[in-house]
Amino acid sequence: MDTSSKPLDTLQDIKKMMERSSRFISLSGWSGVGAGVCALIGAWMAHEKLASFGGLDVESRYYSVNNLEYSLFLIALGVLAGALVLAFTFTYIRSKKTGVAIWGTSARRLLWNTFLPMAAGGVLILKMIDLNFYTLIAPTCLLFYGVALVNGSKYTLGEIRYLGYAQILLGMINCWLLHSGLILWTIGFGILHIVYGLVMWWKYERE
Amino acid sequence: MKNPIENLNKVFDSRVRLGIMSALMVNEEVNFNELKELIGVTDGNLASHMKTLEENAYIKVQKGFIGRKTNTTYSITKAGEKAFKQHLEALEKMIRSLG
Repeated sequence: MDTSSKPLDTLQDIKKMMERSSRFISLSGWSGVGAGVCALIGAWMAHEKLASFGGLDVESRYYSVNNLEYSLFLIALGVLAGALVLAFTFTYIRSKKTGVAIWGTSARRLLWNTFLPMAAGGVLILKMIDLNFYTLIAPTCLLFYGVALVNGSKYTLGEIRYLGYAQILLGMINCWLLHSGLILWTIGFGILHIVYGLVMWWKYERE
Repeated sequence: MKNPIENLNKVFDSRVRLGIMSALMVNEEVNFNELKELIGVTDGNLASHMKTLEENAYIKVQKGFIGRKTNTTYSITKAGEKAFKQHLEALEKMIRSLG
């Protein structure tokens, strides 16, 4: 080996090893796209439900409000489950391709650091539903999810931090535009995920 | 003229040992299998390099169990951290003197 490039190679090896061992790098851009598509479908379904509810007269509204609440809740659960399954699948495929183990210290740290803020937000949202306090649900989702992403960005590809900032910004905007909850939620969870996923795919996975 | 490589640590003169030290610098502890996957070497090869590092007191070994399976984790010692940082500084100096 050429002696003049050896120390540089060594330093690059060291840097690579530090990155690889401390960050979960298999997170696939397609995971983001998948989650975004799930969110868009869910938002469209919720929109349809709300529209048909809005078309009812006052008396029928009174009788079907629990029904609406129940179906929105199911849609939300479906979106979450679909997004998680897709995110996991694409990341699993990527880790097979790159030959990096999917489950290790880095994955565990990433999950813990993102799920903790999300679980805290989740409890708050469940309590809001319980108290029939719906107006702040969308901004709470966006704010806590943004915080979770910023927190988790130290343990995976760092760019996810910007997705987190964007979600927090949308959440704050939502606090003053309370009636645009569904639209802002759709932008945050749908469109931003897809944009982020495509950018990450372009940057790291394109061959 | 000063010998430019006199500050380079002989112990770190192997890619495997450099890999082990780099991984341990940024992680509190790493177990044997994770290291093996990260560096991509055989059990025997990794074990012999770990032994050298351990003999130099650069790393600590903790033996434990997960269920019945042994789980050996490694972490860096203060001396190891210091030695590795000095090695990095020496590398940096070399690069500067070449540039």
